[in-house]
Amino acid sequence: MKYVHQLHKTMVDNSLILVYEGEFTQEITKSVLSMAERNLDYMEEESSTKKKVFNVMVECLQNICKHTDKVADDKLWNSAIFMIAKDSEYYSIVSGNAIENTAISFLEEKLEQINSLDREGLKHLYKDMLVKAQLSEKGGAGLGFVDIARKSGQKLEYYFDPINDQSSFFCFKTKIARVNE
Amino acid sequence: MNALSIKATDDTPSINFDPATGMLEISGRSLPEDAAGFYKPVLDWLKQYGASAKTASSLAMKLEYFNTASSKIILDIFNVVEKFSSDKKVIWYFDKDDEDMQEAGEEFSEIVNIPFEYKTY
Repeated sequence: MKYVHQLHKTMVDNSLILVYEGEFTQEITKSVLSMAERNLDYMEEESSTKKKVFNVMVECLQNICKHTDKVADDKLWNSAIFMIAKDSEYYSIVSGNAIENTAISFLEEKLEQINSLDREGLKHLYKDMLVKAQLSEKGGAGLGFVDIARKSGQKLEYYFDPINDQSSFFCFKTKIARVNE
Repeated sequence: MNALSIKATDDTPSINFDPATGMLEISGRSLPEDAAGFYKPVLDWLKQYGASAKTASSLAMKLEYFNTASSKIILDIFNVVEKFSSDKKVIWYFDKDDEDMQEAGEEFSEIVNIPFEYKTY
């Protein structure tokens, strides 16, 4: 039972206000969103900050729903994790999900391109991609990361942690500055 | 032509299209996983209406949030409205503190050839 206390301590030490681990579906996305929304309302967060956090959450959660790859025969990695942390300056929206190693270079290129752009550059990229966008079979427009970067205004943080020869755990963090009152 | 009326849910907006007055309204949150599926009847209705629209049409976009899949479909909607046979305009509503939503409206207006009006709430 010691892990309960440890987990609680980890959450407090990392200023985590919400952690969800398990299967991700649209129904669960809606539940997590409504829980976070109530939390933000309760803390009387500024409405512009609240909307940015909500928007980034939606894109992150729907990314996980669409792109979590099953790692063969390993139950541990059939799921993903989603967290929100809050300190005096930032909200951090953090997610982790298993992906196939073959997807890494594509993701890395995309995220590096996004991180190399400033506000205006991101706006142009977004508009350009929006005009050309086709919805994928999974229903995505391919605009999620660019939109997240624009809403955040900060560089995106990411890390690929190897699981085995086929798969890695993709860790992704977005920061949203809290409005200084 | 019949009016189109769809009630809002947790992740889809309400749709109220009245062909008699030309008042078309999309209001609420748009975060569906299957945006194409949700908006198919909306796009079909607009195409049919637009082909023979006689009254001036006004599309009121009162969105609180929309996901990136919806933004692609919103552009599709504007592309259909752009081809209406009669006068048309978009009224883009945004919360006065929501610069992102204001900017999103301005960006759509730069892509399509329809007059945009902006209103805050």
